[in-house]
Amino acid sequence: METIIREGSPKTPYVRFDGEKGIIEIKGRSIPENSIEFYKPLIDWLEEYGNAALAETAVNVQLEYFNTSSSKCILDIFKKLELIFKKGQKVEVNWYYEEDDEDMFEAGEDYQSIINIPFKMIEMEE
Amino acid sequence: MAFNIKEWYKEKLEGEVILNFNGSITPDLITEALGTIEKSLNLKNEKNRVRKKVYNVFVECLQNLYHHVDKPPSDLDLVQEDNFGVIILSKDGSFYRISTGNFVDKNKISVIKDRIDQVNSLTDKEIRMLYLDIMSNGEFSDKGGGGLGMLDIVRKTGNKLEYYFYKYNDSHIFFSLDVYIS
Repeated sequence: METIIREGSPKTPYVRFDGEKGIIEIKGRSIPENSIEFYKPLIDWLEEYGNAALAETAVNVQLEYFNTSSSKCILDIFKKLELIFKKGQKVEVNWYYEEDDEDMFEAGEDYQSIINIPFKMIEMEE
Repeated sequence: MAFNIKEWYKEKLEGEVILNFNGSITPDLITEALGTIEKSLNLKNEKNRVRKKVYNVFVECLQNLYHHVDKPPSDLDLVQEDNFGVIILSKDGSFYRISTGNFVDKNKISVIKDRIDQVNSLTDKEIRMLYLDIMSNGEFSDKGGGGLGMLDIVRKTGNKLEYYFYKYNDSHIFFSLDVYIS
């Protein structure tokens, strides 16, 4: 599968969806006005990846902050990953947050409460 | 007495103003405004927790404006553009205050009022439950909003939303919103 790499912009995160290595990365900030436009291709990619997912998929989410419109799209990404996990493949989410960033920590907890895949909360020092 | 936007404006400019904008709320303006507040020394010296909260809530307030402003009245004594809005970020004592102002059609008032009153009436726990509920239903409005903006602002700030509707004329209402971050 083709790897998607998108450099970060003032409103969108750095993204790497690597089907060869089974690595999904989203880093930076996600605050586009039209988040569907940004995330739709990524969600479609995951849908296709799900048909022949690797035995292990590592998901690294290291967001600085995100807007509410992105929050729904990020949930859609996790939902696609959950389908892969339910089929028996290993999927693990590493959710990074800065040590005093309670909002990002809580956001990780929110997703954990909705999505049934293993989440690892990783605190980063400032 | 009729609503005077300049008087309103003057009042909102109290405190140490970090950003003050009125005019057309566009995606480019939002990027630019965020760039401006990121350079603010006041914010640079803040703890991560507060700084990111301010950025996050500021973006949410601006995008709320972007998605929801209505046309201003034609006789308005300020810049007149279809997507006219005002945003001010200031430091007021130990608080950061974000004030927004925009015109809305009279028939939308009750929807906005009900929404804010509902959000203001909830406990922290209820806010989180409702947030998760709306996020999971996955619907977007035709303007691209997710219906989570106000909830997110209250959740992140832990403060109630302060709002006021000023009658400008028979069809135009000015919606003023203050958000405090501590």
